[in-house]
Amino acid sequence: MRLIKAILLRLVTTAVTLFGVALIVFFVIRVVPGNPIAMMLPPGATDADVARLTALYGLDKSIPTQFLIWSTGVLRGDFGVSITNRQPVLALVLDHLPATLELSALALFIAVFLGGTAALIGTRLRGTRVEAAIDVGNGMALSVPDFLWGLVLILLFGVLMPLFQISGRITPSLTLPFSTNFYLVESVVRLRFDLTRDLLSHMIMPAMGLAIPLAAIISQLLKQSLKEVMHLDYVALARTKGYGETHVILREALPNAVLPTLTLVGVQFTFLIGGTVIIERLFSFEGLGNMAIDAVINRDLPLIQGIVILFAVIFTAVNLLVDLCYAAFNPRLRHG
Amino acid sequence: MGDGRIQVRRSAGARLWLSAGWLLFVTLIAIFAPWAAPKDPLAQDLFSGRLPPFWVQGADKTFILGTDSLGRDVLSRIIFGARIALAVALIAGTLTCLIGATLGLLAGFLRGWVDVVISRLIDIWMAFPPVLFSVLLIAVLGPGLFSIILAIVVIDWTRFARVIRAEAMGQGAMDYVAAAQVAGRSRLGTMLVEILPNVLPTIVVLLTLEMGIAVIVEAILSFVNLSISTDDPTWGGMIAEGRTSVHQAWWVLVFPLVTLFLTVLAFSQLGEGLKDRFDPVLR
Amino acid sequence: MSFLSIRNLSVQLKGGQRLLRSVSLDVQPGEVRGLVGESGAGKSMIGKAILGTLPQAVEVVSGEIWLDGVDLLTLPPRPRRRRIGALAALIPQDPLTALNPSRRVGPQITGRLIDILGWKRPEAEARARELLAEVQIDVVERVLRCYPHELSGGMRQRILIASAFAAEPKLIIADEPTTALDVTVQKQILRLIAGMQAHHNTALLFVTHDLGVVSKVCQTLTVLYGGLVVEEATVRGFFNAPQHAYSRALLAATPKYTDPDASLLPVPDAVVQALEAQVAAADRAWHG
Repeated sequence: MRLIKAILLRLVTTAVTLFGVALIVFFVIRVVPGNPIAMMLPPGATDADVARLTALYGLDKSIPTQFLIWSTGVLRGDFGVSITNRQPVLALVLDHLPATLELSALALFIAVFLGGTAALIGTRLRGTRVEAAIDVGNGMALSVPDFLWGLVLILLFGVLMPLFQISGRITPSLTLPFSTNFYLVESVVRLRFDLTRDLLSHMIMPAMGLAIPLAAIISQLLKQSLKEVMHLDYVALARTKGYGETHVILREALPNAVLPTLTLVGVQFTFLIGGTVIIERLFSFEGLGNMAIDAVINRDLPLIQGIVILFAVIFTAVNLLVDLCYAAFNPRLRHG
Repeated sequence: MGDGRIQVRRSAGARLWLSAGWLLFVTLIAIFAPWAAPKDPLAQDLFSGRLPPFWVQGADKTFILGTDSLGRDVLSRIIFGARIALAVALIAGTLTCLIGATLGLLAGFLRGWVDVVISRLIDIWMAFPPVLFSVLLIAVLGPGLFSIILAIVVIDWTRFARVIRAEAMGQGAMDYVAAAQVAGRSRLGTMLVEILPNVLPTIVVLLTLEMGIAVIVEAILSFVNLSISTDDPTWGGMIAEGRTSVHQAWWVLVFPLVTLFLTVLAFSQLGEGLKDRFDPVLR
Repeated sequence: MSFLSIRNLSVQLKGGQRLLRSVSLDVQPGEVRGLVGESGAGKSMIGKAILGTLPQAVEVVSGEIWLDGVDLLTLPPRPRRRRIGALAALIPQDPLTALNPSRRVGPQITGRLIDILGWKRPEAEARARELLAEVQIDVVERVLRCYPHELSGGMRQRILIASAFAAEPKLIIADEPTTALDVTVQKQILRLIAGMQAHHNTALLFVTHDLGVVSKVCQTLTVLYGGLVVEEATVRGFFNAPQHAYSRALLAATPKYTDPDASLLPVPDAVVQALEAQVAAADRAWHG
């Protein structure tokens, strides 16, 4: 009963949040100076042409009326038509979403891998110079945001040692056999590892830029959490049983230290997804974020609305997922 | 064990002084930019475009850190760029702090419907991708220094509100607050006299961190080319130009990037250092 | 030779205060020795030193710890841990924190048998069932599949006892095993440990501050004060005629079951001063 109530409350607050986001972005972008319709027409267009198109996009009505029309459309899955591309917003957004999802997922994977490894090494070698070095590295990585790490990576591995690609998602000259936009996943499924290689070579730098701050947070939290757990009695008891220190850390301490880290990492992961906007711009990566900035520059109101709402949906979904993971990993909740 | 702690504190002190020193240096350079800069930051000279820094062959030694594609002096542009960066950091940081901390204090201390409204607003704000939100706001407000500052305030007030709200709640539950109330102090009075001084250290730390964030946001917006008109020297604008010509003229990207990197790092380390100073557990 | 022989063991906080001052102690095979002292006397530190679980801030300054003919302190960390794991076991103080909350009970008992001693899984599981029956748990199958938080404190302590006896160790160190339990459960657990010890004929080092417990469970005892061994005696000899003034004071400060209302005497100041002088002398001897 309490569980059902909690879930209902969660759904209501989520709905309120999404509605709030929609409302704010809708009104904010209506205040944009400059008529988007005038911008999209060729220079020779007459005032009558502009008026006709403005009416076509419903931009001549009052703002509350526009919102009403738009939100009833959204509830039916119709996000309107992009002004610049003249394609349905939903289709455009879903076209670009896979690139951003793959990038975020790769970044998350790198962050968990790097951060987790650093935390475990720091715990295993606690009290040594290695631990001190890891702490300093964490502090640095945390102090500087993804945008600057992306630039540093461009300089280091794009220019100084040109190991990786620093712009685009895939080499344009390649012919792509893909039927979805999940290129990375599909290249693996189709066993086209030459394409996987090319994709990764393009993705690794932006993903690293996104991952570095998150890796530092994971490393710091997990290390702190491990430190607390390593003092507990069952860890000492495991040592008396004859287990080596590495085994003690991995088997006894780690599972109990992961849980407190998990919730915080979830929130941080939404920040990472938010960071894709500028990172995609920086690396000319054809994802949602890059398209979003183009949409703002072109005053493509329906597209902006659609993208912002989608980001908000992703954020709330991630938070929900984290809470579910927490429940799944915690034996107390699982059986309590 | 005792030794280790002293060492930690000493290195924390060094970190504090180093970052404060760098920021002071940047501030002085910014204030005295017209005297510090060797050239006019806006002067174009298409015949001396993309000159390398002084130690590289083919350099013109009067352009110490080289020139960009329009022949403008990189060093002078960095120096004048510091003015904009610091102005944004100072003004946007302070305003964000004032508004965010006030709302946080009100929510955390008054509770009730005030808290409900502010908390809900924070939730909604957290569901926006911040970079996209700021780009959007700049598009609405038009480019310029004022727009950047307003955008930062509108987006980042939640950073303060969230933390200060939680702290004020914690403080509000303490006995001395109840005692002040019993002694007949008004609610507003209690908030200002009893609670504010106790959350002040946190506010100072957040303010320092926020200044670093403001510098970054300004750079990002200049990078996306939505902030200040491109002629004005901004670090972000220089980086944007450097990014496009990174294979031909690395120095156009490297020097502003290093300056920006160090400044952001310094604000952040200063904030973290202050946090350790204020934290009674470590002290 | 004794199964466990500690020779002149000194332990200190890194760069600071001494915790054990040249302690020597022997435990014969099958012997039950009580290790008694007030809190801070260093009795738990001895157990931790033997098992190699001293806190990071604590270091062994000098001494030898012979376990079954090998000085543990001369072994490199890994072989030392394996040797301790194979020969000795711990019954910890607080059953609520001594079981890993994220693992089921079964694997926590069989882990040592499978991972360290190389048993086959079915054998180890059969052994776990046998042991749980021995510590008087009747719903064996269900308990094996439980997570620790689903069980009561007394139940968890039974599991920890079973786990300690699993590999037939030659020495068990019980570190105040009943302190954290309800008074009603304490007696049962005490009886259980004594019974298990007798059945398996394991040497037992029983760390406690409770002389009443010692009189029931132990054959011999060692009294500690300030990291110094104050008296060694058989339980019978000690309770009839304690030799050291501190021991007499300690005995006077222990409630008697025969007369629980008798007033308890604090340790007299003179005795404490004499002891402190002894501690100071030991430190001088060390530095000199």
